[in-house]
Amino acid sequence: MSEHHHHHHDHTEPPSDLVLRVKALESLLVEKGLVDPTAIDQLIDTYETKIGPRNGARVIARAWVDPDFKSWLLRDATAAIASLGYTGRQGEHMKVVENTPQVHNLVVCTLCSCYPWPVLGLPPVWYKSAPYRARAVADPRGVLKEFGTELADAVEIRVWDSTSEVRYLVLPERPAGTEDWSEEQLAQLVTRNSMIGVERAKSPQEVAKAS
Amino acid sequence: MNGAHDLGGMHGLGRINAEPESKEPVFHADWEKRVFGLVRAVGALGRWNSDMTRHARERQHPADYLRHTYYENWLAGLEKLLVESGLVTAEELASGKASQLADEALRKRVLQGKEVAAIEARGSSAAMPTDTPPRFRPGDRVRARNRHPTGHTREPRYVRGRAGVIQKHHGAHVFPDLSAQGVRVGRHLYCVRFEASELWGENANGNSAVYVDLWEEYLEPA
Repeated sequence: MSEHHHHHHDHTEPPSDLVLRVKALESLLVEKGLVDPTAIDQLIDTYETKIGPRNGARVIARAWVDPDFKSWLLRDATAAIASLGYTGRQGEHMKVVENTPQVHNLVVCTLCSCYPWPVLGLPPVWYKSAPYRARAVADPRGVLKEFGTELADAVEIRVWDSTSEVRYLVLPERPAGTEDWSEEQLAQLVTRNSMIGVERAKSPQEVAKAS
Repeated sequence: MNGAHDLGGMHGLGRINAEPESKEPVFHADWEKRVFGLVRAVGALGRWNSDMTRHARERQHPADYLRHTYYENWLAGLEKLLVESGLVTAEELASGKASQLADEALRKRVLQGKEVAAIEARGSSAAMPTDTPPRFRPGDRVRARNRHPTGHTREPRYVRGRAGVIQKHHGAHVFPDLSAQGVRVGRHLYCVRFEASELWGENANGNSAVYVDLWEEYLEPA
């Protein structure tokens, strides 16, 4: 076993049953020759440091500045996203849905936790939680309100339930006041939550306030 | 199966209480990291597929499924598959001690650290051809069949018996109901739009719709 996966424990607190159960399972599988612990380290490192929502933000920023790329992305998302280098596990069949002043899109997986890993990384806890999975399809306006996203009644809400291996990514609306922004600057406005559809992309004012 | 995993429309689960995006770590404990890595590394041995993996998590007592955290459900599913596939015996799992080494052929297939980046970047397509032509076309009105299989299915309860309109034919993909039993066949897959009022009646949100990917076996003409 690698040595770096238990250093956060408080020395006064014995490890929980769960921690012991996982450790025992890993040592059993290593002992039987079924698992190479360095592969586990690599898998963890891949999703902690290499694959995450900054990938998706680059896809969205490109679509905002390049109309040809945007139409390709809406027509064949898998190929358009692959052209930026993002391919693979849980992104084999991509579909991008566009927010407009008339339509707002929201993505969920009611049956488990399907999520487009190559562009967003692993899903946040709330996306996998029972309340989100239960409510996103039945009360999307209530869910959006909980995230601070208020939409006029005239805006149609489309909820995408990821029941197959098709993975959905929301193309948020480009914020006002960014006409002369570069692609790199625009990518800073694209949050993970805006690509799931629970929030809008950040406004220039929000970014200025935060820095 | 009509399990606790089929959550669409369930009441009483409370607020979502999302952690702020800028503060949320990818994993919340070291054991979660190891479970994630173990599931993926053992999965790479090819002894089961992703539908079997999902079904193993679903086949818990509903109270357990809802009580567990996400990675506890992953761990429970992994333990179940290890024993059912014979990779590990129940005695080995209980004692934590290996009674014998895995077969040499299997040990040669173990995922190596240096293979991880390429395997993740490659993924694996769910597209699988079928000989039969698609039964439905975009614009067709369909009804999700009122079926309650006791095995794995990706037809959520909240659409069963409800009518919608075909938006898109995705082509033929591996049919999950059979794949979870180890039989890999392609079936036509469609994206179907259901009006919220059709799904939720007088309790529906206004001006909204739900799009669900459904295999041809789940659908009939409406």
